[in-house]
Amino acid sequence: MELLLATAVGVLTAAGIFLILRRRTFPVILGLSLLTYAVNVFLFATGRLAVNAPAVLNKYEDVAYTDPLPQALVLTAIVISFGMTAVIVMIALSAYLSSDDDRIDMTAQDDAGDDA
Amino acid sequence: MSLFLIAALPFLGAVFPALLIRAGRNASASAAGMTTFLAFVGLLINAPAVMRGEVVTARVDWLPGLGLNANFYLDGLGFLFAGLILGIGLLIILYARFYLSRQDPMGQFYTYLLLFQGAMVGIVLSDNILLLLVFWELTSLSSFLLIGYWKHLPEGRQGARMALAVTGSGGLAMIGGMLILGNIVGSYDLTVILQNKELIQASPMYLPALILILLGAFTKSAQFPFHFWLPHAMAAPTPVSAYLHSATMVKAGLFLMARMWPVLAGTDAWFYIVATTGLITMVVGAVIALFKDDLKALLAFSTVSHLGLITMLLGFGTKIAAVAAIFHIINHATFKAALFMSAGIIDHETHTRDIKRLGGLRHLMPITFGIAAIAALSMAGLPPLNGFLSKEMMLEETVHTTWLNSPYLVPGFALLGALFSAAYSFRYIGHVFLGPERGDYPAHPHDPPVGLWLAPAFLVLLVVLIGLNSATIVGPLVAVASDAVFGGGKPPYYSLKIWHGFTPALYMSMVATLGGVVLLMGHQRLERIWNALPRPEAKVIFDSMIRALTGLSQAITNSLHNGVVSRYGMIFVVFTVGLAYYAYATGTIGLPTRISLEAPLLPIIGWICLVGATLATVYFHRNRLLALVLIGVVGLIVSMAFNYLSAPDLALTQISVEVVTMILLLLSLNFLPTQTPVDSSMARKVRDTVISIVAGLGTGALVYALMMRDFAFPSISEFHLANSYKGGGGTNVVNVILVDFRGFDTFGEIIVLGIAALVIFALTESVLGTSVRARLLNRKPNWPQSGDAHPMMMVVVTRVMMPMALMVAAYIFFRGHNQPGGGFIAGLIAAIAYLMQYMASGFTWAAERQRFYYHATIGWGVLIAAATGLGAWFNKVPFLTSDYGYIHIPPFEEFEWATAMLFDTGVFLAVLGAVMLALESLSRFAWRPGIASEHPMDINPARDDPPEESASVNTQEKES
Repeated sequence: MELLLATAVGVLTAAGIFLILRRRTFPVILGLSLLTYAVNVFLFATGRLAVNAPAVLNKYEDVAYTDPLPQALVLTAIVISFGMTAVIVMIALSAYLSSDDDRIDMTAQDDAGDDA
Repeated sequence: MSLFLIAALPFLGAVFPALLIRAGRNASASAAGMTTFLAFVGLLINAPAVMRGEVVTARVDWLPGLGLNANFYLDGLGFLFAGLILGIGLLIILYARFYLSRQDPMGQFYTYLLLFQGAMVGIVLSDNILLLLVFWELTSLSSFLLIGYWKHLPEGRQGARMALAVTGSGGLAMIGGMLILGNIVGSYDLTVILQNKELIQASPMYLPALILILLGAFTKSAQFPFHFWLPHAMAAPTPVSAYLHSATMVKAGLFLMARMWPVLAGTDAWFYIVATTGLITMVVGAVIALFKDDLKALLAFSTVSHLGLITMLLGFGTKIAAVAAIFHIINHATFKAALFMSAGIIDHETHTRDIKRLGGLRHLMPITFGIAAIAALSMAGLPPLNGFLSKEMMLEETVHTTWLNSPYLVPGFALLGALFSAAYSFRYIGHVFLGPERGDYPAHPHDPPVGLWLAPAFLVLLVVLIGLNSATIVGPLVAVASDAVFGGGKPPYYSLKIWHGFTPALYMSMVATLGGVVLLMGHQRLERIWNALPRPEAKVIFDSMIRALTGLSQAITNSLHNGVVSRYGMIFVVFTVGLAYYAYATGTIGLPTRISLEAPLLPIIGWICLVGATLATVYFHRNRLLALVLIGVVGLIVSMAFNYLSAPDLALTQISVEVVTMILLLLSLNFLPTQTPVDSSMARKVRDTVISIVAGLGTGALVYALMMRDFAFPSISEFHLANSYKGGGGTNVVNVILVDFRGFDTFGEIIVLGIAALVIFALTESVLGTSVRARLLNRKPNWPQSGDAHPMMMVVVTRVMMPMALMVAAYIFFRGHNQPGGGFIAGLIAAIAYLMQYMASGFTWAAERQRFYYHATIGWGVLIAAATGLGAWFNKVPFLTSDYGYIHIPPFEEFEWATAMLFDTGVFLAVLGAVMLALESLSRFAWRPGIASEHPMDINPARDDPPEESASVNTQEKES
């Protein structure tokens, strides 16, 4: 199970980074989303894995619980990453609509344009 | 009055002049004057204690972990300086009221002045060197505002920038020096540092610390070769010059040298650096001053020269020289402030400061003449004025000083300095007031109103009184201040009086005075020679250095930061992987301690789906819509994985965020191009593939290694599990952590989320305010539009589902404390319920029926969470401490009620508002007038549709 999770995180990271290194806004946003998954799962995994042991206290019997702390951290991370994605999408969209170009890299002409 | 209040008063009072300027200039000036007066009185209340030799203190631990304490103390030295700052400050406030014209924003002026005054008082009262540094930098900043007060003058702006650059960089050096000093002693408290002379002077870091601290002091006090900023700061209004360059800013450096004197002085390094710099500054300043035609420039260079004199005295390292330095600080402050003010009066009344255009003013401006003449004679060092006394003491000390085995060098140069000093002082009188009256003044000169001459007249009175009877008037003050400089010990024998008998100093004084007269008589000839000599122009050198520095930093920035964002990303990834590899290669890793969980078929299928969808996303990423669908698959499997691995809360959150994110991305794709063109060459793709595979392998290996080992340190999770029910009253530990144990984190996070949503809203507003709006309205859609934009089936279904979805949200919310759920998830679900209406029935329809503002929802959420947290204070427990109890309402089961639930309500509202505001903003891009028709959305079975029906009936009738 650990191996499955680790390879999945590895694949998500690799795919995310590859897309982030592209030169248009949309693939970069997709890459960031993939990387967000990878990071969230990574953080979650620091609590070590457990099956059928949610951190909901059982009043009636003594059972093992998984580590609740990384879960709490990841929960807010998921919500915040939505905020981040939304801001980036909005920036990308505004940039595209204002300049009719969705490239993320500045070129030599852009520099010249700034100085003028 | 507490020292805190004295230091804080100018800052607190700084608000009032700016506000009261609406009530008139007198109100504004009175507010500033009142503040300063209060602080001054507060200082004087402490005077008896200080004069008895006690040290008044006020201590508060501010950031004890950093050694930063808000400790203040008031000894003789601090008292002297604080008195000068506040006392002369009062006079300046009076003078400025009449000096500034109606066009000048006086409220701003007094606000800046009080800020500066507060920073200066802070410096001289600080007992903590870190606190002192904070105030030190504040003086640089506030003096920048004051010097550049006349924003419309380029000289003012340039002078302000130059002063900030020079004193600010000196301040940076001083921070380093002070930190070294604090490290040597092990405390940042001045009182502790000052008692460790041996420790500091024996340390190998003594010299670096000394040089760094002196850099700060020398730049501030305009010592050669940093003296050039001071004359350029003369572009400021005259009250500013009079304040900054007589009593305050430039004296801060002297104060610091005097303050650190007990621990830093007395070594060869101190003597040769400080005394030599002072001597050079004194001579250079005096010589240049003689050849300046601008009155304020003349005074500026004379200030440089006198600062050099005091620095030199401090540099001698003997106690008696330190007494002379303290005494001259007082004297210089009095006559120089008066001189600056008189220069301001001349400028104000004749509209020129050029000595070449003045002369013969003594009958036209008799009062000004009297003030200026007495102050200038004191500066020249003529008896019986106060300048004479301290100059005598200075000359006496130079006679006893040998510099590199030469007993004549220091007295010789000091005499030269005094000689030129006498010459420019005489010139200030002779070329401005004496001589024949002229007919070509730019304005007809006359004495100013009493408001302008009162302040300098008072100072001149002091000049005379101190000169005649120094022992009574300033004797005790000089004694306690000097005592503070020595840091205890037996005071040397000295007497403040005019007549000491025929000493070498007296002969030197006579030579200087006579020589001054001779120099002035030959001034025309000397000036011709001076003008013919090549001189380095400090401003040109400074400007070219600044240009070179800016050029260098631009070159570095441009080469590193060329705007190619994908390259930054590449460098970042490669560097991070390199760092991780370095850690792996140099660190040690133990053997696995955990046994791997076995993997049944279900997770394997999930893994295949996840990896397949991820790889497919990359492969098909040029087709953006397809990539979006595929990434949705990834998100779903991630949420299922959370669920499988005992994290139901995460699964719920992930899946609802997934829905919202997909809607967001779909909306954006409505405007973005649908395809990603091929930009990268094959080589680049290979490079990126290699980089990402290496990074992926590293991350995977890291997380695998992590999961196969137990915690290196005991985890704090046990505490949370054990106390969740007992302390937080909930059985869902994850939710209790969020709203209780780590409620402060959550509080910060909902604020961040709210800010993100507001940023999105603001971005939309600004973009839609430009030509983009017109382009959007004329846009051709990416895809052919559906014939039925709002299909009735979908409209009906979403209407039916809305209450159900909200009910689910409420259910998830209420059970959150004990079962998986809570405010975050409930907020997301409620947002989805609303979003469905937007999607099915259209933006206009939904927006019209929206009864609350999303901004306000975010605000209420944050406020409710904060109020819950504050509520804890009423129970005398820390912020956000939660409480819980059980309520029994008869027909229902007993249920639990925790304040955490109220906090969770705040979270719920903030999340709901943020998600809705973000998506609503985005969909406003799609809005266009006239697209919404109420008709198809207004599903009402009882509605009859007369127009269509009647039309069809009509045709039927016709046919029949």
